[in-house]
Order: sequence, then C-alpha cells, then structure tokens
Amino acid sequence: MKARRRNFLIGGVALVGAGLFGIKVVDFHYGSRAVEITTKPGEHNFAGWLKIGSDDVVTYYTPHIDFGQGSNTALAQMLADELDADWSKVRVEQAPADPAFANVALGKSFISEVSGHPDLIAALPISMMGMLVRQINMQITGGSTAIRFTGQNGARVIGAAARAALIDTAANRLGVPAGELTTAASKVSHAKTGKVLRYGELAEEAAGRSLDMNVKLKERSAYKFIGKPIDRFDIPAKVDGSAQYGIDFHLPDMRVATIMAAPVREGKLISVDPAPAMAIKGVEKVIKLDEAVAVVATGYWAALKGLQALSPKFSDGGHGALTSASIFAAQAKLHKAEKADNTGGAGDMAAAFAAKDLQLIEADYRTPFLHQAMMEPFAMTAQHKEGKLEVWGGTQDPLGACSELAKASGLSFSDVTFNPMIMGGGFGRRFPQYSEVLGQIARIAMQVDHPVKLIWSREEEIRHGAYRPQTSAHLKAALGKDGKIAAWQTDYAHFADAESEVKFLYQVPATARRHHEYISNQVDAYFRSVNSTQHGFWNESFMDELAHLAGQDPYQFRRAHMVPGSRHLAVLDEVAKRSGWGSPPPPGHARGMAIIESFGTIVAEVVEASINPDGSPKVHKVFAVADCGTTVNPKNAEAQVQGGIIMGLSTTIGEAITLTGGAVDQSNFSDYPLMKLADSPAIDVHFIESDGPVGGLGEPGLPPAGPALANALFALTGKRVRSLPILNQAAV
Amino acid sequence: MAIEAQVNGKPVSLNAEPDTPLLWVLREELGLTGTKFGCGIQACGACSVHIDGAITRSCGVPVGDVAGKSITTIEGLGSAGALHPLQAAWIKHQVPQCGYCQSGQLMAAAALLKTSANPSDEQIDAAMTNICRCGTYPRIRAAIHAVASGTDAKAEISA
Repeated sequence: MKARRRNFLIGGVALVGAGLFGIKVVDFHYGSRAVEITTKPGEHNFAGWLKIGSDDVVTYYTPHIDFGQGSNTALAQMLADELDADWSKVRVEQAPADPAFANVALGKSFISEVSGHPDLIAALPISMMGMLVRQINMQITGGSTAIRFTGQNGARVIGAAARAALIDTAANRLGVPAGELTTAASKVSHAKTGKVLRYGELAEEAAGRSLDMNVKLKERSAYKFIGKPIDRFDIPAKVDGSAQYGIDFHLPDMRVATIMAAPVREGKLISVDPAPAMAIKGVEKVIKLDEAVAVVATGYWAALKGLQALSPKFSDGGHGALTSASIFAAQAKLHKAEKADNTGGAGDMAAAFAAKDLQLIEADYRTPFLHQAMMEPFAMTAQHKEGKLEVWGGTQDPLGACSELAKASGLSFSDVTFNPMIMGGGFGRRFPQYSEVLGQIARIAMQVDHPVKLIWSREEEIRHGAYRPQTSAHLKAALGKDGKIAAWQTDYAHFADAESEVKFLYQVPATARRHHEYISNQVDAYFRSVNSTQHGFWNESFMDELAHLAGQDPYQFRRAHMVPGSRHLAVLDEVAKRSGWGSPPPPGHARGMAIIESFGTIVAEVVEASINPDGSPKVHKVFAVADCGTTVNPKNAEAQVQGGIIMGLSTTIGEAITLTGGAVDQSNFSDYPLMKLADSPAIDVHFIESDGPVGGLGEPGLPPAGPALANALFALTGKRVRSLPILNQAAV
Repeated sequence: MAIEAQVNGKPVSLNAEPDTPLLWVLREELGLTGTKFGCGIQACGACSVHIDGAITRSCGVPVGDVAGKSITTIEGLGSAGALHPLQAAWIKHQVPQCGYCQSGQLMAAAALLKTSANPSDEQIDAAMTNICRCGTYPRIRAAIHAVASGTDAKAEISA
C-alpha cells in the first residue's frame, strides 16, 4: 500500500527541505497555551513541559506514551538530575494531545539525524522547530527515541534551564552571587549564610524568567538519578487491576461495537443484510462503512454475536490472486534487476569480484510478514456531540491521532479531542496513520446517538494488521585467499530503502546494498526494531556462512572484520567472554552469535540451543551485551533487552502471517503462536557504559536473537536456516 | 432471571444473558476491568480468574455456569490496603512492562502457589501458560520463586 509510507516521519524531512527558509515564525503563542491547559493555581510552569508547585511537587509532562518500555520514569530521572529535584516529589503526567505539546526536542533530534545537516538544524531557533514539528503533529513514541532524543535534548535541557532560573531567583532574593549557591533535593542553599530556599518558594518568580536553553548539562560523574535502578511509576497500578487501558474506558450510557473489514486488504463492502444481527438481543445497529461492517450493541458479546450472524460480501480490491509465494516470486525477479532503486556501500564491486583466487558464495534469505500482536486489541471510545468529537484510547502518537480523527470525521482539527490512555503494548502497530480503528470509530460515532466503544476481536486484529513487511534478499560475497571478505553484495526487495537505518558493521573493501522497491497490498508498517530485524537476520546469518566457508570460528572471523578499538569490538569481546564462547557447550547444545547496531545502540548476543525430540529448537540461555552509551535506568534497561530477545526468538521460531487469495491465513494465537514462559530461556544482560552517544533501548535487544539462534542451529545440525520462521520452512 | 454468585467475597446478582462469557460480565456489568480481553478463545490467559479457587480463563465460561460459585478477580486478589505477596513481589522485581497480561499472570501464579507452595521450574513452566508479548517471563519466574522461598517479605497467601 503505497500512500501510507513513512510520511509521519519523513514528512518532517520534506518540510525541512521545502519550507525551512520560507516559514514565518508564529510559534510563540503555544507557550502560553501549554500553561493555560496544564497549570493550576499554586503551580508554576517552565517551558510548558515542567511545572513546580508551591508545595515543591515537580511535574514533568511527557510527550511519550509509556506502553511498557519505562521511558517516562527514565525521562523523569533525566529531568530530576539536571534540576536537582527531590525524587520523592517528582511526578510524570501525560502531555495533552495538543499542538502546544508537539515534541519539539524529538523533532529537532530526528530531523538532524535523517537530514544529514545536523549543524543547520542545530542553528534553528526553537520556535521555528516548533512550527515544523507542529505542522506534522509530531508526538510520536517510536524509533527508540524517548531517551536519546526527548531525554537528551528535552527533559535534561528543561531541567537544567529551570534550575538556572531558580538559582538566579534565589541569588536576587538573597542578594548573593549566583555562583555561591548550590542546589540539591529541590532546595537552593547558600553555604556562607546558611540560608536555604525551597524550589516551591522560588518557583513563581523563577517561572516568570526567560529560560536559557543553551545551558550546560551535567557530566556523568554528577548524576544522581541517571544510572540508578529506580522503580517505575506505572507498575503499582499494573498489579492490582486499577490501571485503565484504552479498552477499559467507560462512559455512562455507552454502547459497544465490533467490526469486520474486507478480508482482502483494499477490498470494499459490497452488501450486507443487517436482519440476522438485528434479531439478536442487545444489537441496536448495523453500520456499513466503505470497507467494513460494524455492529453496535449494548455490550461486546451481543455485538460479536451480531457480527458473526452477518454474511457480508466484500470485493478483493483486485488482489485475489496474491499469495505469500507470489510475493517472493516477484521479489526474486527484483533481486536480479539491473538497476536498483538505491545503492549503498562503497568500493569497486566489479573489480573486487573479478579478482583471482576468490571463493564465491551466494544465498537467498526470506522473512515473512509479522504481526506485532500486542496483548490489548484495538479499542477506542468516542462521543460525538454538538459538532465535536472526543475520543479515548491508546496510540503511539496522540497528535497524529487527532489528524486521523479529523480526516475521517470531516470535522476540523480544533473540534477533535483525543485523550491518550495506557496501551497494552504497541511495538509499532499503534501509529495513527495505520490505526484503522481511528477512522472507524470516528465514522461510527457520527452515526450513533450514544458514546460508543469499538473493540476489535483478536481475529480482526490478526487478519488486519499493519505488518512487518514480507521481504527477501539475495546475498553474494567473495572470500579472498587471506581468509577475509573481499566483496559483499546484497540485493533486497522491500517497501522502503533501509540504507540510512541499517548499519553494516564489517570492514569489507567493496560493498553494495541494493534496494529494490516492492509494495504489496498490505500496509507496510513498523515492527519493533523495524528493518534491523530482516537485515540483521540475513547479514548475521551470511556472516556465519562466510566464517564457515573460511574455516574460521564465527567470533574470530567477525573480530577480524571489525575496527580495532571500536565500541563494536568491545561489545563482541564482552559477549564472547561472558558466554564462555570457545569452551565446550553441554552435550547436545551449541552456540551461535550475532551483533547488530540499531537505534544508536550496539547489541551482541550469544544463544545456546539444542533440538527438542520433535525437532523444534530449544533455547537454553542467551547472553546479551549492549552499549547504549549511558544506561539511564539499568533495571528497566535489562527488562527491555530481555523482552526484545524473547520477542526476537518468538518471531524467529514460530511466527508468520501468510496470504492466500490476498487474505491473511492466520486468525488468533492458535495459529499465530507467541513464545510462552516454558520455552523462554534464561537471559543474562550486561551493559557497557561508554562515551558513545545515548542510544535507544526499546528495540535494539531484539534483532540479534534470531540470527544468533539460527547460527546455533547450524552449529548443531549443519543445516542453514535461510527462511523464517524456523518451525515452518514451508510457510512462506 | 438473575444469576446469583459471589465476586471477590460479595454476593452479586447478574443480569446478562446466560451465554455471555463471564469475562464480559465482569468487565461490562460489574466494571471490574482488571480482568482483560486478549483472544476470546482461552489461548492467552489475560482473562484468568479463580472460580471456587481454580484458575479459569473467563472468556470461555458462560455466566450461566457460575451460578452459586465464588469468583475472585485481580481486584480481589489482595485485601483492601494489603497486597497479595505476589503483587508485592511483582512490584519489587519490576515485572510488568505494558502490564496488560499481568492480572492474568498474577491469578495463575496465585493458583499455582496454593497447590505447590514451593514450585520447581518445571511446575512453573507447566502452570504459567499465559502469553506475555513484552517478554516479562524471566521476572515472572524470579518473582514466583522469591515469594515461594520467602526471599521476599512473607505473608499469608489467602486468595
């Protein structure tokens, strides 16, 4: 599906190119709006994102949605460190889905990273960046950006700037030089006179000062909260059932709807007789949408029974012949295309491959569509009243959700309110541009005289996903007489070019990574770790193939192709050491390794596996070593890497979405199996604190797990896994 | 006719159609939204509750079948102001990530500890079959062991 590609992020880059120098700065009024919608009497607002109460309570408005990654607590740690706050009085609240809270810090960092012009972007006034970010309604959670972008360039800067304003205020009030004042635990102290002022006493006056955002940030040695395993704010409500997720939201007199869209993506509803549903007790309405039919009832069960009683007819959108096999066949042709859509890499490929005494090796790799399969299915509640639409639910981008709701309802942006709620997972599924539930609830709410909650069944969720795309690659390399790789060429078919995202870690004289665009009828979407999952799988598997061809140990072979003294090499050496690489594994077990850098973080993993009596793989242990520069909350960071590894193993072993006749074959956890506790391995996670820039952590733990397992299986069986999932080599 | 049962120690009179899964009656009629909908086919365990003490996936139980029975949900696992030891351990070990499956995980773990006070890894494997997409399994296992072995603060397991 072409129209929906990447526009939520790349839109920003296009804006930089197109409008950077033409935009008139009219962004200042958002500061007062942020204060107006968040700050109550006795509270004093700094830069919109921070308020300090006369009672010393420090509240940070986070522009990120915490769906389990723990970033909101970590962001508060970063802010509190720069502010020198009293942690017991630090709170985090969700920023409203209002343009006043568009994530300027993230926008600036992201646009710097992808534009290739960081200096130009850094020089932009913050107000102009605010304009850009608000134009694309940027309030996303994704790309492992919360800590490295929002935290580094938002929370810390605001904390430090507010601290400076509090010190200046205290200096003025005490009539002493600011340089003689120190701060700790939300107090400003003057050692010479012994005078102490609480932040709460200074906040009102300090908040009236203009903040200096070019303030110097603390050195690592001065951190009090960064690097500490502080308990997450959100966990207590998640152990007693009190946390309110989108699906839990309730309004008086509310109705519940459920929905069935055309089984073939891009198909339309042709006809449906509502009578069988209307005959069911509790069913109140059958709503026909362009691409779907929905049933509205007094509760979910009645709505579901009503929906199941219907026999809707749908068109197939012209995709009735599409199968997973036909997609791979089309992609295989593209691999051989003379011309690529983009080519990354360097060196003279023709000359490298023409050299004498080379060993050539070629292989085809295939990865299936994957579903994020978050545990909470899509659910949104809406109320349409007096020309205004108010919606409650979970999304990875509340401001973007407003745009989608406005578009679907035909209302103006200012007549739409979105209330972000906790999400039961997301992993890339809940970006508004492909959260069809938003367009559906908007259109349904316009036709129902009550508040209405739309809940997707798990079957709807699995069959109408926004999947990790089905991709494939042809890899070809030449091994020189010196046992080193002389040339490496990858031809991959995928909806998007991955060159800017996927890092190739090895020193090879000639490389070419050729992207061939392939678009299916499915929504080509994001999955935790995005393109690093597929590229990581084939790069690290092929590296293993090359090591065996060279007759070398896969660890030593990788070492030989890495930059001496690099962070990558340190990570690889550490995982080899911790996993006992080189020592004999227990009988019947074998080890495999992989190293992948994604979202600014380098992760190496060693998987120790054996084969179950039924032939399936059994993963016993995983050792992971990560370098994300600075680990803000080690306890939570460990959880993110563990969770990523389990998700990576689960997808690699058993998950695939396949198509027949253009429609998805799978329907629920019965045929889309996720890894369970009994199959999950023991996981040892170690972090290397380095001088590298702060990297992301929500995603980077995932990609190495799959290829490390596949490499372990090769060591065990001599059979190379080149098609996923492992359990169903014929699935795709 | 209303269905009479006990939920979290209190008598309730339920008006839903008898074929309605207990899950939806708990959530929509009683407002006990801690019990979650995950799959509707008893595959994921997000809807796990105790019925007369036995761990049960409530999406597969018609409410008509629970007449006269005693149901415990996550809201009733601890008592007012006092967390169940497993809930305390879940906080101490920072188990939840997105948290959506954790009500069901806790109910399954509580049922396990009632039958096996100090379960082996194999017993945990066999009993803890609920799906967690975030991958919190290592911490679930650690928290159960900690409660069972008394590493964490001991308290009477009553639920």
